Amino acid sequence: MQTVLESLNQALHTALASDERVYVLGEDILDPYGGAFKVTRGLSTAFPDRTMTTPISEAGIFGVATGMALRGLRPVVEIMFGDFITLIADQVINHAAKFRYMYNEQLSVPVVMRVPMGGRRGYGPTHSQTLEKIFLGIPGIRILAPCSLKDPGKLLLHAILHDDDPVLFIENKILYSRPVLSHEEDNDFKITTSDSQNQSDYAPAFHLSIREAPSPSLTIATYGYMVDLCRQAVLQLAYEDEIFIDLVVLTQLSPFNIEPIINSVHRTHHLLVVEEGTCTLGWGAEVLARSVENLGKEIYKAARVASLDVAIPASGPLESAVLPDIDDIIQAAKKMV
Amino acid sequence: MSNNSKSDSDQISKVELADLYRSMLRIRRFEETVLGEFSRGYFFGTTHTYIGQEANAVGVLRNIAPEDIVVSNHRSHGHFLAYGGDMRALFAELMGKSTGVCGGRGGSQHLYWKNFYSNGVLGGTSPIGTGIALAEKFNQRDTVTITFLGDGALGEGVVYESLNMASLWSAPVLFVLENNHIAQTTPAELNLAGSIVNRFNAFGIDSEALDTSDVLVIQSSAVRAISEVRKKSSPQALILNTYRFGPHSKGDDTRQEKEILELRKTRDPISILAERLDPDQINPIEEEVDDEVKQAFQKAESDPIPN
Repeated sequence: MQTVLESLNQALHTALASDERVYVLGEDILDPYGGAFKVTRGLSTAFPDRTMTTPISEAGIFGVATGMALRGLRPVVEIMFGDFITLIADQVINHAAKFRYMYNEQLSVPVVMRVPMGGRRGYGPTHSQTLEKIFLGIPGIRILAPCSLKDPGKLLLHAILHDDDPVLFIENKILYSRPVLSHEEDNDFKITTSDSQNQSDYAPAFHLSIREAPSPSLTIATYGYMVDLCRQAVLQLAYEDEIFIDLVVLTQLSPFNIEPIINSVHRTHHLLVVEEGTCTLGWGAEVLARSVENLGKEIYKAARVASLDVAIPASGPLESAVLPDIDDIIQAAKKMV
Repeated sequence: MSNNSKSDSDQISKVELADLYRSMLRIRRFEETVLGEFSRGYFFGTTHTYIGQEANAVGVLRNIAPEDIVVSNHRSHGHFLAYGGDMRALFAELMGKSTGVCGGRGGSQHLYWKNFYSNGVLGGTSPIGTGIALAEKFNQRDTVTITFLGDGALGEGVVYESLNMASLWSAPVLFVLENNHIAQTTPAELNLAGSIVNRFNAFGIDSEALDTSDVLVIQSSAVRAISEVRKKSSPQALILNTYRFGPHSKGDDTRQEKEILELRKTRDPISILAERLDPDQINPIEEEVDDEVKQAFQKAESDPIPN
């Protein structure tokens, strides 16, 4: 069985092999090291001319990639830790994300930025965060968050080869070692895919429900690695508490599409949003706001599970207390139904 | 520093001198019109005028190849007009009209036309120019990318990231550093340490510094620098010590009027070139340019607003 890391690595190999406009840039990505998390392993051996190891200059690298994209190439940038997207904020927000619109649709910027996010590895306050909320809602960029469902590499490959606009590709670090679950192999869950009504969207949303279970009474909306934790929580809630849940998984965070979530909440009337980022003013806040705007009194109860609004400590037990885990999800669900 | 003109103006044809004069005057009159009409509400936002610096844009861009690329900054009108951009479209862009360079979406600081790109965040364009140059190189094109920066942009860290990468990867880019000695209202001596030339040299980027408003001198150095970048496929820098006579944007000039009058007397590129022209050459050019600017403005004014 393939891991998420292998799936992403294979996608990068395929992208470089199938389109000579693809370049990969990043810090420490050359073999034998192959990148801090090994997602770029083997690329410099197979494609030495198009795999560029860079100085430790995140803003500069992303700006260079933006320039390359303006002239017909399709660069992919690895930011070693997602925490460092703070360093590229100006290049993303005031440059790459603006160009198509402000230059009146005369050009586009096909650049993909891969950003490993997330905690649970003891890296401490500046190497463990889930920071995509900083970029959520910025017009002109697409933010994708793969999970272990279906094929995360396929999503990356599509972004690299076919998306003409800047893409921020959020990779949770814990996901790397997780097996990719195909829909057919899943013994516990029935998984259906829904595509966005917006034709330019290509990242699917998934609906998971336990096979042969009664109608769900709660919707959980989530993305990224939290999907894995939610699956376990959903199983436990079903078998131990007879609470049945419709799990809605988004792989595109921005532009925002509430459709798959409200379709589910329309039936369950209860919505729990689960994310690894800090709670306040986060993704979950927008999900709840949109759901209420769309469904009003049809929503009986709503809640969020997220990180505490503090920095992420390095010490294992402290870190566990700050980040949301399976038990937090179970407790929150039990309070709702 | 090289102050002596390498180009002997006697060798340059009257037609070429007239062309240079016309190019600089077009920028001057355009900018004067923008400043003059701003208070009457024709334009949105703000503007950063190029008055006094015309010889830089004209001297650098006059001899570029058609496929060469220009990456400009917030003070972009002079670069855009010298590159060959349409005056009416530039007026229209500032007026927010659909016929503007970017349909009114970009405004003064955000222009894209052919191979000309500008953006208003200081220094932010430097890695982009470097990436553009690298892409052209990777695609085996013989293109030179010219990135204009001002002395104010030297305060931004990303500029040095870009110089490092441009040198490391031999990007065929010419950095043109227009040092007008003032960042908005702050004189360079209050925000700039050390030597500008050394900043480029530290990254192994050869540079030449000029302290002149003579378009012929600037042109001659630019031709040499651009040809070097093309031949060696590696970066160079041209530092142009220059002076702007107008405010940073509009109405924010805190300098003494005396100081500006003195600059106008000694460092006006248009007066300097005028001395090389026959007096009877100048009037027709003045009339022609005045007429062009007036018509461009009027046409832009009657152009439609975007839907």
